[in-house]
This record gives sequence, C-alpha cells and structure tokens, in this order.
Amino acid sequence: MKLKDIAEILSLKPLTPAGGLEREVSGGYVGDLLSDVMANAGEGNIWITLQTHVNIVAVAVFKNLSAVVIVNGRMPDADTIDKAVSENIPLLLTGKSAFETAGKLYQILNAKGLQD
Amino acid sequence: MKAKIDRTYEGSFHIVGGDFSRAGEASTELKSILLNVGIDEDTVRRVAIATFEAEMNIMIYATAGILRYTISPDEIRVVAEDMGPGIEDIELAMQEGYSTAPDWVREMGWGAGMGLPNMKKNSDVFRIESVVGEGTTVEMTIRLKDC
Repeated sequence: MKLKDIAEILSLKPLTPAGGLEREVSGGYVGDLLSDVMANAGEGNIWITLQTHVNIVAVAVFKNLSAVVIVNGRMPDADTIDKAVSENIPLLLTGKSAFETAGKLYQILNAKGLQD
Repeated sequence: MKAKIDRTYEGSFHIVGGDFSRAGEASTELKSILLNVGIDEDTVRRVAIATFEAEMNIMIYATAGILRYTISPDEIRVVAEDMGPGIEDIELAMQEGYSTAPDWVREMGWGAGMGLPNMKKNSDVFRIESVVGEGTTVEMTIRLKDC
C-alpha cells in the first residue's frame, strides 16, 4: 500500500516533498528507543514515534523505513526536517497519539492483508 | 557466488564525542562504500547497524574515538576504539537493558541498554576490551555470505 493513501486516510501532514509519498509501506513499528527500532523495525515499515531530533532520520535510513510519523503534535527541529529532505525520508506529523495512529494503521494494513 | 571483492579495502573515521548532530555520518559513509564495492544489501545493513551503534556509543560516552574498517574477500571488520571512561563490568554492560547513559541521552531515545547487544547480534564475531579511565575497543567481524 502506498504511503500517500495511508497519509490521506490518517490525515498525516507531510513535512517533506510529496514525491516521497509514492513509496510502498510494508507494515509499521512503534517506538521511542532508537536502538529498539534499529533492532526490530522491518524494511519498508512506517515508524511511529514521539522523537523529533535529527538522529531519527539516520535510523530511518539505516533500516530503509518508508516513513517517520511524529505523534502528539510534536514538531521536529529544523535540522531534522533538512536532513529528512536530503536523505529522502518522508516525515509526517499527526496530532493524534501513538496508540491511535498505530491502531488505525494496523486496521488499514490488516484490511490490505499486509499484517498478520 | 560470493560478492566480488578482489582486494582489501581499508579506511577510518574520526568521531568526536557529544557531536550528536553528526551522528550516523561515519556509518552512512561506510554503508555507501560497502554498497559501492558490491557487498550484498543484507550484509551492508548488518554492518551499518552495528557500526551506527558503535558510533553512537563513542558520541555518548567518549571524548573521541576512531572507527576503522577493513573489507576483505571473506569478511568485513569494524574496530571502534575510543578515549572514554571505559567499562567497569563488561558482562553487565552486555546485558540488554543495562545502561549508564545520562538522562538527556535517554530522553533522545538512546541509552536504552541495547547498543552493545545490537552490535553483538549483527556481528559473527564480537570482541570487546575496556580499561577503566582509558577507553574501550570493540571489534566486530561480519563474514561475507555466499549469495
């Protein structure tokens, strides 16, 4: 399923160019501990987190994640946005909590048969 | 068929402690070097994650450090050597969830006690030596698989 469709259904606000929203999403992972995400997120996953600092982009690059969704209306630093643009990692915002965002994402992907 | 590595490549990166805005730069560069010489993506991902964790540890704990890599026909070796406080109890440090990171580092989502275990998990051979007051050296070897 395309990130663009998920962003629309969940009303996510992209902070990075629209071109990145064309990528395919394989699943999702929720976490605020960066090493946990490094260890356990899957390739192509959407990463749901409340972390906003620049290191989240590096983690997303190393794990080939499809996007980072920042929850609770938190705004990333300018550094983070610049880095996400240059590394071509889609960065999206939501005012909703991680629980609600993950729950809805799970439902959407489940309906598409992408989750167990 | 093995990745076609016909010679040995070596290099190093200097890491400055505390410079979080540059976190991941050395590992990112190593990642692209590995892809350029034709290492398979799965192996590159393992090396990149292990190296990134090592790079973060130097940034979090040490004054400075150096990451050295060797790419040979059979394996990739990354050695992270730092001038840091050293580790008193290595066995404890290797336990998942144990960390001595300060609060501000934990607030960034680092310091969860998963760095060393992640390095070990992504390496075929993992060695660590440390002298309190002098520094820590981590050596990680990842064998190149038949692909």
